[in-house]
Formats: sequence, structure tokens, C-alpha cells
Amino acid sequence: MERTVRLKIRRQDAADKPETRRWEEFSVPWQPQMNVISALMHIQRNPVTADGTTVAPIVWEMSCLEEVCGACTMLVNGRVRQSCTALVDQIAPGGEVITLEPMTKFPLVRDLVVDRSRMFEDLKRVKAWVNLDGSHELGPGPRQSQENQEEAYPLSRCMTCGCCLEACPQVNPRSTFIGPAAINQVRLFNLHPSGKMHAAERLEALMDEGGVDGCGKAQNCVEVCPKEIPLVDSIAQVSRQTTKHMLFGWLLK
Amino acid sequence: MAQKSVTYSDSGKVRRVIVVGGGLAGLTTVIKLCEAGVAVDLFSLVPVKRSHSVCAQGGINASVNTKGEGDSPQVHLEETVYGGDFLANQSPVKGMADAAPGIVFMLDRMGVPFNRTPEGLLDFRRFGGTLFHRTAFAGATTGQQLLYALDEQVRRYETLEVEDDKGVVIRGERMVRKFEFWDFLSVVQDDGGIVRGIVAQDLKSMQVRAFPGDCVCLATGGPGIIFGRSTNSVINTGTAASAVYQQGACYANGEFIQVHPTAIPGADKLRLISESVRGEGGRVWVPRDPKEGRAGAEVPEGDRDYFLEEKYPGYGNLVPRDIASRELFKKCFHEKRGVYNPKSSKNENEVYLDVSHLPADMLKKKLAGVLETYEKFVGEDPYTSPMRVFPAVHYSMGGLWVDFERTSDGSLVKGSPRNQATNLEGLYAAGECDYQYHGANRLGANSLLSCIYAGLVTGPAMASYRKNVARSAWDFPASLFEKAEKRERAKYESILKMNGDENPYVLHEELGRTMLEGCTVERHNDELTKVIAKIDELSERAKKIGVTDTSSRANQGAQFVRHLNNMLVVARVIAQGANNRDESRGAHFKPAFKERDDKNWLRSTLALHAGGDGASLPTVTYVRALDYSLCGKAIHATDDVDISLVKPRARRYEQAGAASTVAVAKPSVPAAKAGATKGESSQSAE
Ligand SMILES: Cc1cc2nc3c(=O)[nH]c(=O)nc-3n(C[C@H](O)[C@H](O)[C@H](O)COP(=O)(O)OP(=O)(O)OC[C@H]3O[C@@H](n4cnc5c(N)ncnc54)[C@H](O)[C@@H]3O)c2cc1C
Ligand code: SF4
Ligand code: SF4
Ligand code: FES
Repeated sequence: MERTVRLKIRRQDAADKPETRRWEEFSVPWQPQMNVISALMHIQRNPVTADGTTVAPIVWEMSCLEEVCGACTMLVNGRVRQSCTALVDQIAPGGEVITLEPMTKFPLVRDLVVDRSRMFEDLKRVKAWVNLDGSHELGPGPRQSQENQEEAYPLSRCMTCGCCLEACPQVNPRSTFIGPAAINQVRLFNLHPSGKMHAAERLEALMDEGGVDGCGKAQNCVEVCPKEIPLVDSIAQVSRQTTKHMLFGWLLK
Repeated sequence: MAQKSVTYSDSGKVRRVIVVGGGLAGLTTVIKLCEAGVAVDLFSLVPVKRSHSVCAQGGINASVNTKGEGDSPQVHLEETVYGGDFLANQSPVKGMADAAPGIVFMLDRMGVPFNRTPEGLLDFRRFGGTLFHRTAFAGATTGQQLLYALDEQVRRYETLEVEDDKGVVIRGERMVRKFEFWDFLSVVQDDGGIVRGIVAQDLKSMQVRAFPGDCVCLATGGPGIIFGRSTNSVINTGTAASAVYQQGACYANGEFIQVHPTAIPGADKLRLISESVRGEGGRVWVPRDPKEGRAGAEVPEGDRDYFLEEKYPGYGNLVPRDIASRELFKKCFHEKRGVYNPKSSKNENEVYLDVSHLPADMLKKKLAGVLETYEKFVGEDPYTSPMRVFPAVHYSMGGLWVDFERTSDGSLVKGSPRNQATNLEGLYAAGECDYQYHGANRLGANSLLSCIYAGLVTGPAMASYRKNVARSAWDFPASLFEKAEKRERAKYESILKMNGDENPYVLHEELGRTMLEGCTVERHNDELTKVIAKIDELSERAKKIGVTDTSSRANQGAQFVRHLNNMLVVARVIAQGANNRDESRGAHFKPAFKERDDKNWLRSTLALHAGGDGASLPTVTYVRALDYSLCGKAIHATDDVDISLVKPRARRYEQAGAASTVAVAKPSVPAAKAGATKGESSQSAE
């Protein structure tokens, strides 16, 4: 018999239509090196459930298909990750049912799509940028050591995917905790020779409610970050920086 | 006469302009506009931070010459023009090559974590089509890092407020407003055809809405998804460029599609293995014995055929992409010497790309991102066993035709409103969606550069256009915008009502297969005729699509029908252009017309849209000249290529240094030796 891949997908037509929340099951032909996205693409071409009902194709986000844009994040078998690198043979080696659900820490849009705009707003809050004088020619930038580059580069690979927020117990409807991704950006920019000059503003943004103190050190974030960003280190570093700033900051002003 | 105020329209509204697309080109354009004090509405299909530019791995070119090799912008210009087989307009290329070092420095100042030398300077690596270390890089995710840096600067402008002519802040009016998850549908033109805004659709609420803008820039990237699977992001359908082409914008050099030699075959995407892998010493080979049963790692040196190094001793594995792809194609399809698969007793369409001879810690520092992708998707370790790769559609040299104004010494006039202007007055284009910088073949690491350079040029061009505009878009009656909005809404509603039995995704799959088989590395006129007939057939069948999703929330199915129709239109431009051009030049190769024919074909292909209303299928009209008007001036442009700086000559890469006549010093690392870091034995094949 032809090998098939079985999927169970959580669907909902819109945030304001909770009555449409449902599971749908699909069965699609297996292909070598298949990922979850190819299975979803197959359903687009043939949007029929396992029990033979024609339905609207699944709605989900994707773009790069190589785990660098962060778009396709969802819960695959209950674990938050990118669906483009979720290879069928790895997650369901024995033909087990694969479940797909939207992330739960962000407002639902439809099916597997959620609204992650808060993450981009948080980047504004912590001023995650270098205060550039302008794009005109000013000659080479500041020299930097190889060690500095090797510390900064992994931090700057954060693709705002939201895995870490999804996994963090402190990010929940009752808390205002900003979450690890934005804190890591503060570490990154406070490391840069010109970014450093505005470190205080970033730290102050994290000293308010929902700032770096919100972390309960559960370490779930590090475990799910697809880019293996040392988030707990970043939080610890930034936490030390804010403490120092709180104690001595006014002296330096 | 120009408007009274640069900030306010005569009726008192804040004048804004529109940029569609937030990849490198769009974001740079936005930054330049903001620096000129112009407020911008920025539209994108996805949050701009997820734009396709994130995929770029290898790096960005700039002749900074920190390795003492004698590199210079002049050499960069010559090699780019030569690499593009003399089809690129040379003045814009010169502008770009001259600006490149400044661009890389600017990115560095923005915080891009470029790799460093022990002295703390920027490190550079080699890429195709040159012997110089000219490519700055941030690990193997350079595009991501550049995009993030520009995104951060634009985010900063989102928090800043507009100042009026006197420098007084207008409260609540932001310099940049982002419209993410919006799909560009068309431009709004006034009775005289001048672009006054756009119509777009919110992809969450599906609302169709018109937006005024004093001018508009499309920076919407390439159309790779026309070929089904490619190295591109799935959002790269080229829909926006197609839409304005159907509104009268000229599409140029469409037939020039770059096929990258090294990608991982896959069911959903052909994932790129960057040229930087060869730049750092990776070598391409096939076993000498076509029935070689041993695994790649076990094949001894003497039994390997390093066919690129052998045939092109000068540039070796770093010959330009069109040449490398043709050689790989030949090995696999004509000679049937692709990697042998003992299980299926077949020679697969794959060759080896090998880095296993290179030091692991160097690979980790410089190429980790790419090698990680290979490991993730193939499940084999590239550090120890050679990777298996095959060519894939990668980049479009062609795109929307744009103009430029040349200085007497052959560069671009700074701030001229003609730079990057399309033939629709008020519409600009920048980035992969323009046709300007790469001629018949793009050199590796020149695209990130051209996108940013185009943005640096487009911003000031739009700012000067806006200064000269006689009547602000913000003073046009609402009826102009309502009419456009109504037209687009009707189109969308008619898609929702489609109840035939064709599936748009299936049609797309067929289109992709047709284009891949008939219109990539080798092109034959009889096959191209069939491709065009198939496009006709698919366009007919696309009228009988059935839409199973009629929801008013995030309706991706209906959106895809629109993108499919737009892809079909550009597919025709590509295929017909290829059919017409009876010569071989750069990426366009016809075995029946093997030579470049400068007498007849040293010219840009200029395509204009015709037909396609109601019953008739669209057709393409190819023209030799364009007349358009800009700021009250009539402009006449022809298909002549600007060859004022480097005279066309035969293009051959067998000999080192052939691509530039001015290369003074001999670069320190000859091409063929670059791969031989571990043991001299690896030289035996040469
Ligand atoms: C895998 C890969 C690796 C590469 N590596 C390199 C490299 O190392 N060096 C190099 O120089 N080049 C490289 N390139 C090429 C380079 O990445 C692209 O050419 C370049 O990033 C294109 O940038 P762009 O700004 O023109 O468009 P993109 O980055 O594609 O952005 C397009 C923008 O337009 C928006 N958009 C598109 N359509 C619409 C619409 N209808 N409505 C609203 N918004 C829309 C998108 O949302 C997006 O924001 C690579 C390409 C690929 C595929
Ligand atoms: S360590 Fe802090 S940020 Fe990370 S998951 Fe735990 S609480 Fe959340
Ligand atoms: S820190 Fe990691 S998990 Fe969190 S958003 Fe960034 S990439 Fe995703
Ligand atoms: S689609 Fe970009 S991360 Fe999966």
C-alpha cells in the first residue's frame, strides 16, 4: 500500500468565531524528505479531509521554507517550532498522526495563523537599533574584535518567530512580561560600540513593569529557540546591567 | 508649478509617498526618503523582517581592497559588465560599484555583525566571476543580517514624527506607517495616466482599500515562483510587477532567468547551497566512473573528475553561474554522469559539492548557516561527506524597465527624478523587481548590493519628483480613489464566485513544470513554442477555477488565484522573450544559436502588455523604444544598451583575469588552488 502521512489540524475560521473551532484530519501521500509544509501544500491541491469532505484549504504562514524567516511557527505535536524544518520522517517515523495547532500566546487570526505584532512593538519599546547619524558616507564603522563579532552574531539571528514566548510560563494573559526575545536584543545592541552609547535608554525600558524582572528563570525559552540563542545568558547579563544602572546610573548622568 | 509646501498638500493634508515591499531595496528607499523628510506608507505581504532578502546567505560585494590584491571599483564595474555578457547599462553599474564600499561601511555602522579580520577590519571572501576577495559577509546568513539592520532603522522611523516645513513636529503623524500583511493590487492612475496611489488588500480582513501617495515605489522582489519550485521564498510570485505591467509599465529582459548551479533538490523548495561554499574552497566533482558504487567520501582523489577546475583553470569552481549550471546540466543530462545511485541503478541528476577537505573550525565560522540547512534537510553531515546538489532557478535579471540619467563621466546624476523611474509617471521600481544592474547574468553577491544601491538612488529620485509634482495626490478628489477601489473589489468578488473544477495550486504546479522543463538552462525554439501554448492553455483553464474558500478572513486561496493569473502573464513575457532572442548570451542559452550576436541582439528586450480583457488572452508586444513623460518633460528611451565604459568583447573564463583588463596586481590566491587547503593530493586532478 502507498505510504501516507496522517495529519490532525486544529482549525478556527476567525478569532470571533469560537464556535468554528474544530479538528480536521487529512491523509496525504508520503514523499521522500517531506516536511510538514509539503503536506499542507498537498492539502491545498486536494482539500479533502480523511472522511472525504471538501473543505477550505488550511490557512498558515510561510515564506522562506528554510527556517530563517520565522513565519511558519506553530505547534507540531504539541511542541512549538517551525513547520518548514519539521521533517515527517523525524516527527512521525512510524506513521503516527501529526497534530498541528496555532501558537497559544498570541491572538488567533485563522486556523494556524496568529498575530505576532506585539513582538515588533516590543522591539520599539526597547529601541532595538543603532542611533545612526544618517546613511550618507562617513567612512568605515568602528573596528571590532573577532570575539565581539562571535558574541554578537548568534544573538542577532533572532527571527522574531515567537517560540520562546510561546514556551515561557511567565508570558501569559495575566502578565505584561516582555519575554526573552526583546531582552536578548537589548544585550545585542548594548554590545555594539555605537549601540552602547544608548544602553541606558534600553535598560530603562526594561526596568519598568513587564521588564527583565518578569523572568522566572524557567529556562524553557532556550530549549525551544531554533537558533540556539543563549537566551538565559542574555537575560542574566541584561539583568546585571539593569541592576548596575539602577544603583549607579544616576551617578553617571 | 510645484506645490506650495513640501509637507502639506494645498488642501492641508500631510503629503506621504508609498513604498511597496520591505526587502533590502524597499527598506533602503524608505530610509532615504525619511532622511529627506518625506513621510512614507510601507506595504508588505509579510512583516518586512520576514521578506525574502533574509534568505541571502553568501554576502555583499564591495571593492574595499583590504587584502592588498589591487581590487578597485573599476575592476568591479568591468567584472560585473563582463559577467553580465554586456547587456547591463554601464552607467548605473559604475554608480553601484563606486558606491559599494560606502554601502558596506554604512551597514557596518548600522550594526551588521560582519565577520572580522584579526585586526578588527571587515573580512572579505571570494565569489564567482572574480579572482578578488570582494564579498563582505556575516556568517552564512548575510541577507538576514542586512535586512535586520535596515529593518531596525525603519522601525526607528516608525517611532518618529513628521516635521513640517518649519521644523515643527506634527503630533501623531509618523514618518513611517507600516501596512504588513497587505497585498498590492494595482496603482491608481489619474486621467493623464500619472500614478497617484495604490490599491491594496488587507490579507487578514480581506478589505480592499485605496491609498493616495505623491509617488509610488515597487520594491517587490523577484518572480521565481513562476517556475514552481526554486530557491526563492514562496511569496516571490512577482505579482506586483505583473500587475503594473498590465497597467502599462514596461517589463525588460524578462527572458534572463538565473539558474544557480548548487541547490538541494526538495519536494517543496530547492534550497540553495550558497556560492560562498565554493568561495571558501568547496569543489565540484563527479566520479570518473559513471557507475561508481562507493559513497562520495570513499572515492579516492584520483577517481574524481573536478570538471569545472579542469575546463576553466582560470576561475575554476568560481566561474559565473550560467556557465557552471550549463556544465552541471551537461554532466547530468547529456553525459549521464550524475552521482550513481546503486539502489535505483540510476545516475541521479546530482553532482558532488565537497567541503570535507576544509578545516571544520573555519567552516563553522564562515559557513555554518548553509551547512546547517544541508544537514537539516538531507540528514547527512557535510563536514565529513560531500554534499549532493543540482541547479535551481534562483534570480531574475529581468524586471520592470527603469530609466537613469547619466553624468558626462558615466555615472548617475544624483537625485535625478529619472533614476529608477518606470515609464508610468510617478511609479518607481527598485531591487530584484527592476532590470537595471545585471545584464544577462548576475554575479554572486551583487544582488544585495544592487538592491541597496537602487534604494539609495530611488529615495532621492522620489524626493525630487515629489518636490516638482504640480498637484499632490492628496488633493485629488476621493472619487478617483473610490473608482480604483471599486474596480479591484469587483475583481476580488468575481474570484470568490468562481465555481469551476480547476484547482489553482494544481495549475501552478503545471506552470512550474512547464517553465522548468522548457525555459531554463537550455532553450530550444520548438520547445518554447510548446511552453507558450501551454501557458495559453493554463490561462484558459484558470478561468474555470473553483474557489472552495469563500471566507472573509485571511482567504489565502482567493489571493492565490490572483497571484496565479499574474504569474501566467509574466511567464508569457519570459517564454516569448526567450523564443524571440535567437542568440546565446549569459543565462540565455540556445544550442541552435550558440554565439552571442551583438549585431542583432545587443539590446534590451522591452515588453508591453496587450489584450487580456474579457475573452482575449493576453499578448506581449515587443518595442524598440519607449516614450514617456516625467515632470512635464517628454522622454524618449530606446533599447540601446549603454556600453560607454567597457567595450563588448568575447566572454571566456578559461583564463585567469579575463573578466577585467585593468586588474593590476595578481590576486594572492589563484582560483584553482583555493580548494587545496588540506594536503597537496587534492591538486592531482588539475
Ligand atoms: C536563497 C537565496 C540566496 C541568495 N543569496 C544572495 C547573496 O548571498 N548575495 C546576493 O547578493 N544576493 C543573494 N540572493 C539574491 C537576493 O537575496 C535577492 O535578489 C534580494 O534579496 C531581493 O531583494 P528585494 O529587496 O528586491 O526584494 P525581497 O527581499 O524579495 O522583498 C520583496 C518585498 O516585497 C513585498 N511584496 C512582494 N509582493 C508584494 C505585494 N503584492 N504586495 C505587497 N508587498 C509585496 C514582500 O513582502 C517583501 O517585503 C539570494 C537569493 C536567494 C533566493
Ligand atoms: S528563563 Fe525567563 S524568559 Fe526564559 S522561559 Fe523562563 S521565565 Fe521565560
Ligand atoms: S529568541 Fe529564538 S525563539 Fe525567540 S523569537 Fe528569537 S529566534 Fe525565536
Ligand atoms: S517558512 Fe521561514 S521559517 Fe519556516
